[in-house]
Amino acid sequence: MEHIELFFKSIFIDNMVFATFLGMCSYLAVSKKVSTAVGLGAAVIFVLAVTVPLNWLLDQYILQEGALSWLGEDYAQYDLSFLSFIMFIATIATMVQLVEIIVEKFSPSLYNSLGIFLPLIAVNCAILGGSLFMQSREIPSLGLALTYGVGSGIGWFLAILAIAAIREKIRYSSVPPALRGLGITFIITGLMAIGFMSFGGMLTGGDEKKEEPKTEEAKVEVQKELNKEEDAKIVAENTNLNNN
Amino acid sequence: MALISKKDAALIKDPFLDNNPITIQVLGICSALAITAELKASIVMSVSVLFVLGLGNVVISLMRNIIPSKIRIIVQLIVVATLVIIVDLVLKAFAYELSKTLSVFVGLIITNCIIMGRFEAFALGNGPWRSFLDGIGNAVGYAVILIAVGFFRELLGSGTLLGFKVLGDPIEKTGLYAIGYENNGFMLLSPMALIVVGIIIWIQRTKNTSLIEEN
Repeated sequence: MEHIELFFKSIFIDNMVFATFLGMCSYLAVSKKVSTAVGLGAAVIFVLAVTVPLNWLLDQYILQEGALSWLGEDYAQYDLSFLSFIMFIATIATMVQLVEIIVEKFSPSLYNSLGIFLPLIAVNCAILGGSLFMQSREIPSLGLALTYGVGSGIGWFLAILAIAAIREKIRYSSVPPALRGLGITFIITGLMAIGFMSFGGMLTGGDEKKEEPKTEEAKVEVQKELNKEEDAKIVAENTNLNNN
Repeated sequence: MALISKKDAALIKDPFLDNNPITIQVLGICSALAITAELKASIVMSVSVLFVLGLGNVVISLMRNIIPSKIRIIVQLIVVATLVIIVDLVLKAFAYELSKTLSVFVGLIITNCIIMGRFEAFALGNGPWRSFLDGIGNAVGYAVILIAVGFFRELLGSGTLLGFKVLGDPIEKTGLYAIGYENNGFMLLSPMALIVVGIIIWIQRTKNTSLIEEN
């Protein structure tokens, strides 16, 4: 349940592009055609799914305050969290390189479709942002970190797919000349972000509704018990009367 | 001898308007949009980027002949990450509240495309002094847009500038609020940052028609 909740939350509510504006540079630069957008989106999902859990492990066992305690008690007081930027970005850069080599070796066809995008991804803010948000939101387990990585990757994929489709269509409409290209893309993204804000009620709304029936149920139960007591009293009185 | 020759002056002036990193080169958008709800945050972010870009450009330019081109991206990332850690620690020490507001976006300066973009496009092929000027010029171009967006969003969204109530007090109904003015809370939400930048691009390209794109 936790996993499903985090999964949908990271796709829709905390969408990388529309809620936190991460990965905007490549989002704007590579969204001219749907086919390239799909390639980059798939590569982002892939890299996020690898780097977020990996950085979670780094954060848990090396960087956090007291994380080094597995080395012995002498190391328990170290707090290396100031190194997290450099560690995260180094992991990401190496992982991207590694993923590129592995994919090239084992699946040349996938490499041909993702290959050119992989080096671009090392400097995509969405990837580092995923790891940094994972750290600042204190995601509790490795499984959840993986869910978060995949979920936010899919969210980014959806966003770039949508804008690329819109940009392919907008070529046929008459946009004011000064707005053509970049300007109109910004404004459309803004409107899409407003649309995505409506997903915000998805989880919180559910939570509120969940809480209300609980209190009502509790009230009903209390009242039921009260009623029972009253009934018992009445019964007792009646039996008393009958006895008399 | 003039300290800045004419050619060098162009390095600083160009990114300011006609080759602005945000509106023309489309670099460094992420941070520009996420933290501009307040003017103060935009200014701090601009200063941080100025520091990282200026210094980073010099460092990369000094090392440009000894970096093997195959691993240059990792080298660049390590240089930026080190500078950003310095910025982050300074912010945490002297402006803790503000560093909380900026949260992960200080860390995201590392992947701010302006920085990598300028390293790749300029610092790898030019001397330290020119790289420094290029870094400062681009950071200032970035700062101009950031501060403009922050200015309008804070003024229209919460009626304040740097925390001062320039339009009067909304609760006690003084100043503009006395005649029925209301804050537009929508300006504080993140989508409006995109639309404000869109409008800035619109105005800029209307003034300078040579910048208009084909499609």
